[in-house]
Amino acid sequence: MAEREHRTVFVTVGTTCFDALVMAVDSPEVKKALLQKGYSNLLIQMGRGTYVPSKVSGDATLQVDHFTFSPSIADNMRTASLVISHAGSGSIFETLRLGKPLIVVVNEDLMDNHQSELAEELAERKHLFCARPQTLGETIRAMDLETLVPYEPGDAKPVVALINRFLGFPVA
Amino acid sequence: MGLNAVVAACYALPVLISVLTVRFFYVLWHSGQSASRPRNTRLRCLIILGSGGHTAEMMNIVTTLQKDRFTPRYYVAALTDNMSLQKAEVYEQSLIQSDGMKTAESAHFMQIYRSREVGQSYITSIATTLLATLHAMWLVIRIRPQVIFCNGPGTCFPLCISAFLLKVLGLGWCSIFYIESIARVKKLSLSGLLLYKLRIADQFFVQWPQLQHKYPRACYAGRLM
Repeated sequence: MAEREHRTVFVTVGTTCFDALVMAVDSPEVKKALLQKGYSNLLIQMGRGTYVPSKVSGDATLQVDHFTFSPSIADNMRTASLVISHAGSGSIFETLRLGKPLIVVVNEDLMDNHQSELAEELAERKHLFCARPQTLGETIRAMDLETLVPYEPGDAKPVVALINRFLGFPVA
Repeated sequence: MGLNAVVAACYALPVLISVLTVRFFYVLWHSGQSASRPRNTRLRCLIILGSGGHTAEMMNIVTTLQKDRFTPRYYVAALTDNMSLQKAEVYEQSLIQSDGMKTAESAHFMQIYRSREVGQSYITSIATTLLATLHAMWLVIRIRPQVIFCNGPGTCFPLCISAFLLKVLGLGWCSIFYIESIARVKKLSLSGLLLYKLRIADQFFVQWPQLQHKYPRACYAGRLM
């Protein structure tokens, strides 16, 4: 039992307050879905939120841990087998660059919710899965990591070349 | 005597207004035109940083820029945003270590008042917007940028308007490059929409082809992230 391989799910809300996501991952439904998918650990970065998830551990349950902020979030992402993130573009692209499977949960309480645009577009292109707090359990149960397409990082060179041409610099 | 002054003003005012109107349309027309300049020209740059994903995208552009052409670089971020300038400083420091460039000459870091904080009431926003605009004008007059790079934080609008105003008044010329954030897939941000509609941006980039179809004057040259 102690030999069980560690497969960690890392949940991050960045610098935001997103209690609805922390509550969702703390729910028995989501924990059960994660266990069924073979994950053993759940690490929650809860940001500015006030909801504190329960830390239960034992056999046949997820090992849960949480913290508010940390300078080493990149390390947490690197060691994770699955990342569940808020819809901020910083977290999204950091996770995609590391090639980690990603579920983005859109915060529906935000006023100007343009962030869902990016998550939905990238989900349509099969780079990640997109969910709402109330549909997270369902998304985990239905997800098939094999269907994900690796994300090809962008490149600033074409934009900079056009800027140089506009400014009249000779093209190198 | 008083009458003469009024008469003089009556003649001078329409002339002044027509001159400014002609100048305004000339600037609007000339802003979209590209120029030709020798390879070794140096351009004073104003780089506007914003919180969240904005700074990461902007730094991808800055790292790709030819540092000998685009120098000195003035980085501006909101007063409440300490993270963004810190990232730019770290990058400029790394340039000194690799090239031996002097940062004191080539990189400057400044902060600007924000028009409106999240959750601020609309009545006090009028006063803070006025303060932010005046501060933006002061910064633009001090820096006299030749190139402005921005990608959508709220602070970029007053800075771009100020730079455009200086162009109309003939007090300086600069090219404004606006690169809409990758987070905008279907709609432009408010700053982006204003700068596009008012034709203040000389060159306007979007990072998704479907957005370019909607705004045909925009350029699509791939993604930054």
